[in-house]
Amino acid sequence: MRMSIHIVAVRLLLIAAVALLPAVAHPAASAPNAALGYDDARHLLARTGFDPTDAEVRAFGQLTREAAVAKLLRETREFALTAPPASAVDTSPLRPPRGESASAAERMAFAQQQARDGLALRAWWMQEMLVTPSPLTERMTLFWHNHFVSAQPKVRISRLMYRQNVTLRAHATGNFDTLLHAIAKDPAMLVYLDSAQNRKGAPNENFAREVMELFTLGEGHYTEQDVKEAARAFTGWSLDRETGQFAYRPRAHDSGMKTVFGKTGPFDGDAVLDLLLARPETARHVTAKLWREFVSPDPDPEQVQRIAARFRDSNYDIKAALSELLLCDAFYARANRGVLVKSPAEFVVGTLRSLELRPDQALPFAIAAAGMGQNLMSPPNVKGWPGGEAWINATTLLARKQFVDRLTRADGLTRAVAMNAARPAKADDGEMEGAAVADSTPRGSPAPGAASADGVRQQRLTRQMERGVTSLHFDSADFMTRFPGAAPDERAMWAQRLLLAVAPQLPTDPAAGSLAVVRGLMLDAAYQLK
Amino acid sequence: MDRRAFLQSSLSAAALGAFGSGSASVAFAGAPAGANYRHLLVLIELKGGNDGLNTVAPYADPTYYALRPKLALARDAVVQLSDRAGLHPALAPLLPFWQDRELAVLQGVGYPAPNLSHFRSIEIWDTASASETYATEGWLTRAFAAAPVPRSFAADGVIIGNNDLGPLAGSGTRAIALSNTETFLRQARLAAPAGEAHNKAFRHILRVEADIVQAAAHLDSRHAFGVEFPPGGFGNAVRTACQVIANPSGVAVVRLSLSGFDTHGGQSGTQARLLGELARGIVAMKSALDELGRWNETLLLTYAEFGRRPRENLSAGTDHGTANVHFALGGRVAGGFYGEPPSLDRLAGDGNTGYAIDFRDVYATVLERWWGVPAQSALGGRFAAVPFVRT
Repeated sequence: MRMSIHIVAVRLLLIAAVALLPAVAHPAASAPNAALGYDDARHLLARTGFDPTDAEVRAFGQLTREAAVAKLLRETREFALTAPPASAVDTSPLRPPRGESASAAERMAFAQQQARDGLALRAWWMQEMLVTPSPLTERMTLFWHNHFVSAQPKVRISRLMYRQNVTLRAHATGNFDTLLHAIAKDPAMLVYLDSAQNRKGAPNENFAREVMELFTLGEGHYTEQDVKEAARAFTGWSLDRETGQFAYRPRAHDSGMKTVFGKTGPFDGDAVLDLLLARPETARHVTAKLWREFVSPDPDPEQVQRIAARFRDSNYDIKAALSELLLCDAFYARANRGVLVKSPAEFVVGTLRSLELRPDQALPFAIAAAGMGQNLMSPPNVKGWPGGEAWINATTLLARKQFVDRLTRADGLTRAVAMNAARPAKADDGEMEGAAVADSTPRGSPAPGAASADGVRQQRLTRQMERGVTSLHFDSADFMTRFPGAAPDERAMWAQRLLLAVAPQLPTDPAAGSLAVVRGLMLDAAYQLK
Repeated sequence: MDRRAFLQSSLSAAALGAFGSGSASVAFAGAPAGANYRHLLVLIELKGGNDGLNTVAPYADPTYYALRPKLALARDAVVQLSDRAGLHPALAPLLPFWQDRELAVLQGVGYPAPNLSHFRSIEIWDTASASETYATEGWLTRAFAAAPVPRSFAADGVIIGNNDLGPLAGSGTRAIALSNTETFLRQARLAAPAGEAHNKAFRHILRVEADIVQAAAHLDSRHAFGVEFPPGGFGNAVRTACQVIANPSGVAVVRLSLSGFDTHGGQSGTQARLLGELARGIVAMKSALDELGRWNETLLLTYAEFGRRPRENLSAGTDHGTANVHFALGGRVAGGFYGEPPSLDRLAGDGNTGYAIDFRDVYATVLERWWGVPAQSALGGRFAAVPFVRT
């Protein structure tokens, strides 16, 4: 009690005692045909990517809405810049130990190898997010990762997760029709939703159900009978256990007649996907989800209807839908600023990118995001991370604040002192922050003692995260020099306009120094929002 | 209020009256008149899926020895509770609870269409959902939404040593996760709840900041207990839990976890070590709660994602199973056996056992009998309380 009251009291004193910046009243949105200006450019970049740098904001600020959106869409990518880890592109035969014949040692060795490969994979993706010239590409890859969910703990084989990620990125801003067909035959998905077990005479409905409920139509737009019939159509889609590639097994396929959505035919899986794409609910479902990702938590039904029609008429051109979303007035509306919660990946990557920090190693930052509730490659279930307000609870909020704390604590100290301060920091908070980033027990690693080995591994990962964060040297004085003006309060105002989507919860005190300004802005509740 | 809801809340009120506890019961708008969150729930998750068959062993059943030539516990090794069932020897410290009728053994706890994946099955337990239904909110989150914990409490729930909120997941609950109260208090200084909320998301964040500050204001790491807590990770977690419980403003639930029960190979040594840690932790917690005068107001429950397969595997371990045995302990627990011992001669096609008690029946017991709050909305249906709590 004493401590928290103390903090509040100090802040109140500051409020009373010093000359403060007026809470920046962000100007009204720019007119569609005028240049975006600083605040709208910042909004566009933060919403479609990660928090931008001051220079990026100024460059985009010169463009009109149309020109800025066209540039973002034109510069999207189909492949990652970062070279994948060797294990991800290994083509030697896959032989996971199976059944009771595998020894405990074999199972343990396999689980440990996959855990290591899984970490390398997360580090790779984190690195790509940190350096990509097209943040929108990575945001859309994340979006599809959370739409067409597969998760490493069930898939187990990390190179399948890598290949899925490559597929998601290749089509991230391409064509939804193509993406849906590709993902339905994607090996990680075949494992994750049990398609490989879906056989003639013994259908497994898992994929058929989720493809309707989550990937296309949405709940309430299909019947149980549709699911049962569609499951029969998907029989025979399997994967080759050695190569990990899609394999069609004609003998497992049920070639009989099926009736789905009132249409009857000897449908196969592709035919059912086409039936799903022919339904108007699919475009509406995906458009509403894109609205919640980019515009606001509450989709405007009329606008969604309009954009969904455009999406469908374009034969599911994802760029067409994005363009409509990013040009609509609701996207720029004052009322929709700061209404979305940053995901942990956005929080971590955005912080480093906007402060222009380039770590040597990306793994600590993947671990940090996991500690905030987003373990890349491992969404909690087929529905994905629920997102929004669910990102923030007492634990994850403190993890976010501690991340900022570690980053801004090192300023002015020597690196060695800071690292020492971080190390004893607490194997115990550490244990929590690193929790569940490695994919081993209790998720399928079968070896004795593996769980306690897990605990040790988690602690080691956490220390790695702490060292990684603390070793970044953030020079706040240098950071402030990029803003115009000589007076501290003018620069503090620009820092606020760069770092926050809406006015802070507590006013900034420029007299407290550059580090305190940046730290205060990033510890503010407003920093969780975009 | 419809007739059923009315009956339910008046029944709960009647049940509460019968508790006759001296502690304050708190009434507030929107919640049933009798909600009594002074009654503390302590959950202990045995992560990885504890092997129930060697926790409470059917030592008189020849099929048990046939299924487990390497792993079965010998008749003279178990701590006999009845002429059929015996505790794993590492659980011997729990015998006094049994003798005092403060230990309920819940046999065959499970659910229909069991899922054998760790992460999916624990999600089913945490969200109290049916096997094929995906829910994101924990069962306690839904229960507290229907019958809120008083705002004066330090928090609705505290999760010790793990940031997975489990049954407290989802927004709306004041759930705090911590490993160590001192560390939490240090981190909590970064939270600042003041300020103006611009929108719904902002309001949510400010509320969470306020929850952190509220919890930090009431938690205290300095309570000196006479009891010596056992060494090791679980002992530390028990100590932290007791420090949380010692705060006078209250929490409704504390969740601890003990990991490592996924014993696919070389089970014997691992399980004996873990069950020993569990038993010593429970004994220490009982002593600490006695010091606080809270044992009669505490219900301690174990749970896990699933039990393990009756037939041992070729690695002297056991694979993922279904129904499991769980313990309820506390000053108001009606000791004894509940449910059914596993029918080893009638295993399902995959070699697993059927269930006798739906885990949501256990949750209904906590909600209706222990707290006097409605269970139906939290559990997504009607489940019958099991009479292991004395009223």
